[in-house]
This record gives sequence, C-alpha cells and structure tokens, in this order.
Amino acid sequence: MSSKLNVLDHDMVPQHLIMSEEEVTELFSRYDISSDHLPKIFHDDPAVKTISGKPGDVIRIIRKSHTAGEALSYRYVIRRPKK
Amino acid sequence: MPSPKRIGKIEFGLLSPKEIRQMSVRKIIWADTYDDDGFPYPQGLMDLNLGVIDPGLRCKTCSQKAGECPGHFGHIELAKPVIHVGYTRLIRKLLRVSCRECGRILLSPEEIEKVIGTEDDLTGDLLSEKDVKKERICPHCGSQQLKINFEKPTTFSEVLLEDGRKVEHKLTPADIRARLERIPDDDLRPLGINPAVARPEWTILTVLPVPPVTMRPSIILENGQRSEDDLTHKLVDIIRINQRFKENQDAGAPQLIIEDLWELLQYHVTTYLDNEVAGCPPARHRSGRPLKTLSQRLKGKDGRFRGSLSGKRVNFSARTVISPDPNLSVKQVGIPLSIANEMSIPVPVTPHNIEEIKEMVRIGPFRPTLKSPCGANYVIRPDKKRLRLAEGNTESIVEMIEPGYIVERQIRNDDIVLFNRQPSLHRMSIMAHRVKIMEGRTFRLNPAVCPPYNADFDGDEMNLHIPQTEEARAEAAILISVQENILSSRFGGPIIGGIHDHISGIFMLTHTLRWFTKQEAIYLIRPLKIERLGEPGKVEGGVSYWSNKQIFSLILPTDLNMVYKASSCQNCDTCQKEQCDRDAYVHIIDGILKCGTIDKKSVGAFDGQIVNRIIRQMGMPRAAQFIDDMTALSIRSIMLDGFSFGIDDEDLSKIEYGQINEVLSQAAHDVDRRIKIYEDGQLEPMPGRTPEETLEMQIMQVLGKARDKTGEIAGRHLGLSNSAVLMAVSGARGSMLNLTQMAGCVGQQSVRGERIMRGYDDRTLPHFRKGDRGSGAHGFISHSYKGGLSPTEFFFHAIGGREGLVDTAVRTSQSGYLQRRMINALQDLKVAYDGTVRTTGGRIIQFTYGEDGTDPMRSSFGDPVDVKGIIESILKEEV
Repeated sequence: MSSKLNVLDHDMVPQHLIMSEEEVTELFSRYDISSDHLPKIFHDDPAVKTISGKPGDVIRIIRKSHTAGEALSYRYVIRRPKK
Repeated sequence: MPSPKRIGKIEFGLLSPKEIRQMSVRKIIWADTYDDDGFPYPQGLMDLNLGVIDPGLRCKTCSQKAGECPGHFGHIELAKPVIHVGYTRLIRKLLRVSCRECGRILLSPEEIEKVIGTEDDLTGDLLSEKDVKKERICPHCGSQQLKINFEKPTTFSEVLLEDGRKVEHKLTPADIRARLERIPDDDLRPLGINPAVARPEWTILTVLPVPPVTMRPSIILENGQRSEDDLTHKLVDIIRINQRFKENQDAGAPQLIIEDLWELLQYHVTTYLDNEVAGCPPARHRSGRPLKTLSQRLKGKDGRFRGSLSGKRVNFSARTVISPDPNLSVKQVGIPLSIANEMSIPVPVTPHNIEEIKEMVRIGPFRPTLKSPCGANYVIRPDKKRLRLAEGNTESIVEMIEPGYIVERQIRNDDIVLFNRQPSLHRMSIMAHRVKIMEGRTFRLNPAVCPPYNADFDGDEMNLHIPQTEEARAEAAILISVQENILSSRFGGPIIGGIHDHISGIFMLTHTLRWFTKQEAIYLIRPLKIERLGEPGKVEGGVSYWSNKQIFSLILPTDLNMVYKASSCQNCDTCQKEQCDRDAYVHIIDGILKCGTIDKKSVGAFDGQIVNRIIRQMGMPRAAQFIDDMTALSIRSIMLDGFSFGIDDEDLSKIEYGQINEVLSQAAHDVDRRIKIYEDGQLEPMPGRTPEETLEMQIMQVLGKARDKTGEIAGRHLGLSNSAVLMAVSGARGSMLNLTQMAGCVGQQSVRGERIMRGYDDRTLPHFRKGDRGSGAHGFISHSYKGGLSPTEFFFHAIGGREGLVDTAVRTSQSGYLQRRMINALQDLKVAYDGTVRTTGGRIIQFTYGEDGTDPMRSSFGDPVDVKGIIESILKEEV
C-alpha cells in the first residue's frame, strides 16, 4: 500500500503551526484574552495530528483569503469529548 | 455596573413527592370550583389558599389582594401511582438496564468502566440501553432478566416464556415504581442521574401538584357565566376519577374495575401534562377543541418561550396600509392625521418651552386640521400621576403646568419615526423617516424606498414606532435614517433608487438628443429646488431651446465625472463610444451629461452608478437629495409625454405574423424529422446520454430557437416607440422575453427543466395519440398571449405555472427557517474595538471581521476600494 496521506499537503488544507510559549503569551496579551476565549480544535483533528499538537497547544492557522490575501486564525487544542 | 456573572453549571432534577407536599398549601379533594353564591369551595380547585383572582377577596395564605398574591401550589393525593409521560423514555431505559430482582445495573464493574472510563478519567460515555444485552442474567444476583416492552404512550410489559409461547405480562405503575426504588444510588451515576436531585421513582407520580389559580384564571363571560381554564377542566377530571378510584378501592371492587379506573386516571394525568402524546387521543373541550394543557402552553410559536418571553408587544406603534406618493422625499413618511393625534412624545416642561407647551395643552387631544399646531394627550405631574386631556379639562390643566411637568404632545411634521415592514430580513427593513402629516388613512412613502422594504402597494401594511427618548431619537437620526441606509450592507451598492416609472421617465427624458422650449423646461424642473435654468443650448429663430441632457445635468453635482455603459448597452464587439447608435455610452464631465442615456444602471435601485458615485464623493445627504430630484424629474418627464401600454401595443403586421408562422411550422417539421430519425433507430446519441435524452435535448433546443426567432421578428417590428420595449430596454420592468411571449410565441412549458411528460399512459392528455412525441403533445405553446392559447396549450401552461408557485412556497418556508436559525446563532456577536468578532462572553469568533476588516456597506460591490471609479472620476475619461 502507498504511504499515509499527509493532509497538510492538500491544496485546501491551510497551514497549521504550533505556537511557542512566548508567541502564545504575546497573543493572549494582544487580544486581552485567555485560552478559553480562543476558538477550539480537537486533538484528533487530522491536521493537528500531523503536526503532533497536544491538548493545551495553540495553533496558528494561515489561510488564503479572497478578500484579505492571507488571514490569520488561532485555535486552542482540546481533547475531543467522547460522543 | 455589576460585574458579569458566569454560569458554572445547570442542574436538572425532579420534584420529589416530599417536596410537592412541602410546597403545597392545601390538599385538594373536591372537584368543584365555586358554590352557588360564586364563592370558592374550601379544598376545591379554586380554594382561597391557592391565591385569588377575584377582586375584593384576600388570599388565605399570604393575605394579599388579587394582583398582588403570586399564587400558591396545592396538591392532590393520587389513589395509586401513575407514570409521568415526560419521563417514559427514562423509565424504559432504567427498566432495561437494571435487574428485576436486586435493582443493580446488569453489568459488572469492569464492563461499566469500559464504557464510562476509569475513576480518574471519566471522559467516557454514559451508559445507554444498547450497552446492556437483552434477557441476560444479572451479574450480581444471578436472576434471569425478561424483555421489557414499551407501548406508547405509557404501557410497560414484561415478556414471559410460558410453554414455549411468549406471554406479555403488564407492569403496573406501582410495580415499576417498586423496581425503580430498588436501584441503588451508586448505580445511578454511570447513567447520568444525580440521585440527590432525581431519584428515578420520582418519575412515577404519587402526588400531583395543583398549580395556583393565578396561572389558570377563570374568565367571566358577558352573560355572567364563569368559564374555567383548560387546566382547571383537566384537574377536575383528575380529581373526579381519583375520587371514584378511591371509593372503589375501599369498597373492594373487582380487579378488572380497578385496572380500568387506573388506566383512566393515567389517561387524564397524561393529557394534563401533554395533550399531544403519540398514541393517545387528545382530551377535548365540549366544543370539540383539543384542550391546551401544560406542554402546549410552553411549546411552539405562540408558546411561553417564543410567544411570551422572546416576543413582546409594544406601545407607541401604529400599523396601516401603505400607498405611494412620489411627491414625498425618500426621507419622509406620510402619516394620517388620525394616527398622529393618537401617538405622542413626552416633552419635559422647562422655563424655555413652557409657553409653547401650554399652547399644546390648550389645543388638547383634538387637532382639527393638518396645518394646525399639534396638541397633547396626557400631562404627567411631578408625582408621576397621569392626567388625561379631554375636551372639558384643558383650561384647568393649563393653569397647573409649570417646569417639572411632562407633557405627552402629539406627533407633528419632521418628528423622527421608525418605519418597518415584515419580514424584517435585513437592517434596511427598519428605517427612520421624518413625519409628514397627511389626509387619508394610509401611510405614504416615496416609491424609491420600496426596494429596501420589499414593499408594493397591493395591500401591504407597515408598522410605525415613535422613539420616546432623546437618545432613541438621536440614534434613529444618525444610524437608522433613510439617507444612512441608501447603501446596502449586503453588497456595498445603493439599494434605494428609481424603480418602474422613475426609470422609464428618466430614460424618456435623456434618450438621444431632444430640445425643450423654456415652457417645457420649466414644467420639467418645477418640483426641483433649482433657481436657474442656465444658458440655453441653442437659439433657433429667436426661440431658446434647452437640451434634455442639459435639464438632467441640473440635478447632478457640479464636480461629478463618470464614464460607463448604460443598461441598454448591447456589448458590441467594438464600442462606438460617443457615437453609440443606442446612446448607451454615458459620459459625465464636471456634472454635465455629455452623452448617453440615464436608465436603470445609472439611477435604479440595486445598480445606481450615479447614486453610488455621489455617495463616495459627496456623502449620503447629497445622494438622498439626488434621489429626490431624480424621482421628481423623472415623474415630471414621464408626465410630459404620457406613458401607457395596451393590448394593441402587442399587434404586429401581417408580414410578421406570416414570418412567425413560417418559423414555427419549420420548427415543428424539424422536430418531426428528428423524431422520425429516432424512431428509425438512426439517432446518434450524445456522449453519456441515451437516445431518448438526446432527442429530448434536440427538441428543446429547436423549439427554444424557434421561440427566440419569433421574438426577434416581433422585436424588429416594435421599436422604442412601444412602451413594453422601452421598459425592457431601460430596465424599468419586464424583458424582451416577456414581449416575445406576448406578441410572438409563448414557447415550451417545462416541469423540472424537461418537456411535460406526466399525465396518462404514454401521453400527456387524452387529445393526443399514445406515444406522440411531437412538439404540441408535450407542452410547446406556439401561440402568443395576445393571440390566445388553445385548450391543450392552456392546460400545459397551467402545469408549468404551478411548478413556479410550488417552488416559491417551498423556498420561502425553507429560507425562513434557515434565517431563524442563523439569527439565533449570530444575534449577540459584535465587532470589538480591536477588530475581532466576539460573543458577549468575550470568546473570539473571527480574529479580523470578515478576514479583511472591511465593512461591506463601505465596500464597493464587495471590493474594498473602487479603483476604476476613482481613476475615471479624476481623469474624466474611460480607462
């Protein structure tokens, strides 16, 4: 069988990056928020698994945007509750 | 300001019989309500301990008067337990997962852990029915389990195996209650039940709370008779059966009768809680109307949540039919005097306005004519006491007035009001207008504001609200006024602009070059606030003439520069520009229309190039002014020539009718020829299609072309002198297709994009041979609307028309529901000062609003900046 698919290689999957601790503190102070104000993403999300993000990480997502060229978004990794 | 509180958790529990008795102020034993003197029976359903609704009486529990006493619960002791319908699902689950002997969960601790997770990692699922296999043996006491059957609405039974046959054994509510009681507290937690607040046996009622009379008041009819609330009726039923049940029980009646009564009691309690349970006939009123019981009070559109808590009625509002008035400004709304006299605005009396206000009070509530100054309806004294002004008391009240009083004066011209038409689908559905008091009984509005409201005048009604505070009026004027909403926040273009006759009129005025005498020119611009006509464009034989473009240029701002193509542009391969023979190349230099026709593209709602340019360059007030001028000018110019459309406008000459018949018969022959080829099996199918599909496509194509050809023939005969053509070309209303159908040929009728195929065996109607594939047999209408349809054609037309109606009906209901869900999801989001979109709790939804932080209202049809427009307006030529 062929090797496993890397979802990040797909054209429609935006770039996912794990942020360092300093970046996260900077982000929180910039928006004056804490982690529970961020949008969430499950730890078993295919993109999160590929970059091996763990619950508690903050992920920077860089999307292509029709209107703005590039759009930044941040998501907080949480455990997926079972059902 | 109090700091916002955070909800940690919400706990849902059941009322225990103990709690029900504890909160009860009276045990209810009599089914009767009032005695012959109209006095409530003690221990009856209207007992004075449960609260009072009749004025004059005092509550025996809290000794307050009617209106002050909130009411108190009572209770009914049920002769035997009954099931609460709301919990049948839970009861079924509990019966199926617990042992019938020892009450433990039918799983070993290891099996439970597998589902719900370990002690310190409770991230798993809750136990469900499916986790327990049917008819297994209890791992705790080893007893064989039986299958539990549940029959709607409230019947539970066990399935026994007797002599190899399956026998159903009914479980009484008492049996079920006993079994639920046996389930230990510790076994309830894996099931998601907190035994401290919800013991499972509490789902079986042994005592029923009786709601206070204040939530089921009886009403007194005109004839003096009392009419009880539906809930009271139901409670009467319950008490009657309960009483009879008790008597029979005490008398030692046979088991059969007891069971019947038990079932009857269960039925009444079930319908008392929910009268729309599946498998249970609804309890009815004597008139045959189903009773509105507890669940029905909460559910649905008119229920407590959507009807009473989310939806509220308001004061200071008016509603009536709308009608058009082109002489109003778009910013105005015409209000009938009778409404203006009824509605009011509170004005505090100060030393500065006291004389003016005294005059209003003197006039009182009856303002005689449109021109007279406004009166007042109420005077509020500093001690908050309201005095109603009536004919006799105005003079005496005028004497009392001094600073500190508040007078509710009537609405007068130029007051700001909110105007609304449902469905309020976007923000422009409510806009603030300035009042103009008028004769008549309808609200009047300029037809140019119809598009944002989606209003027409076929009987539409609209609502009007009067802002009551200075803050509200300021907000209305600055944020909600019509002129601030000319641009749609949906696509960043003007949504207010000319419609119908505005466009026909301005097209007729500006099309090609035309000269007006001074008299005509003044007739045209009379409604405008223009003081100078300007130099005449030409002088011929001592008479001065002004061109139509000159007249239109009068309403343009002087520093406007634009180049674009009008709606009537045909998109020729090489643009003739200024020499365009349709005059569709619009060029405006320094506010002078050099060439081109003004039509829908320039001033229409949704397009409005000129309106758009004016807003960007000169702001909203100037644009509103332009729309007012443009509508007035266009209505004048359409009146100059007159404009009408009649049946003879669809007439063609003999030559055209001959050509149309020629085209249609050729098409019919072509279709027959293709059918022949198909039937001979000679038809070459198109890739991926069957021969039938190929034939159908070819026929549709041939007939479509034939119809278009008839349209061309008709169009050749009908020029811009024809009103329908003028409307179609200018974009005012209708299209050339409509004209084709009226004068040429209606064309193919279709259902789901195909020719009409349904009907009888192998044919659409009995007028055709079976298997006929010809054009006429499948919905091609070769006549025009003018010429008249044949009976079969008429039938096909009705079939095609019905599809359109069904589509609209389905679409509106579906999009309405989608809209509701969307609004519920988004209603509390807002853009914070840092550009993020957040919920009220501060959670971030978007990091930059719309990813680019652009307000769509200030965008140019979706693009952040209208680069082309700006360059063209500076260079004054096309780029």
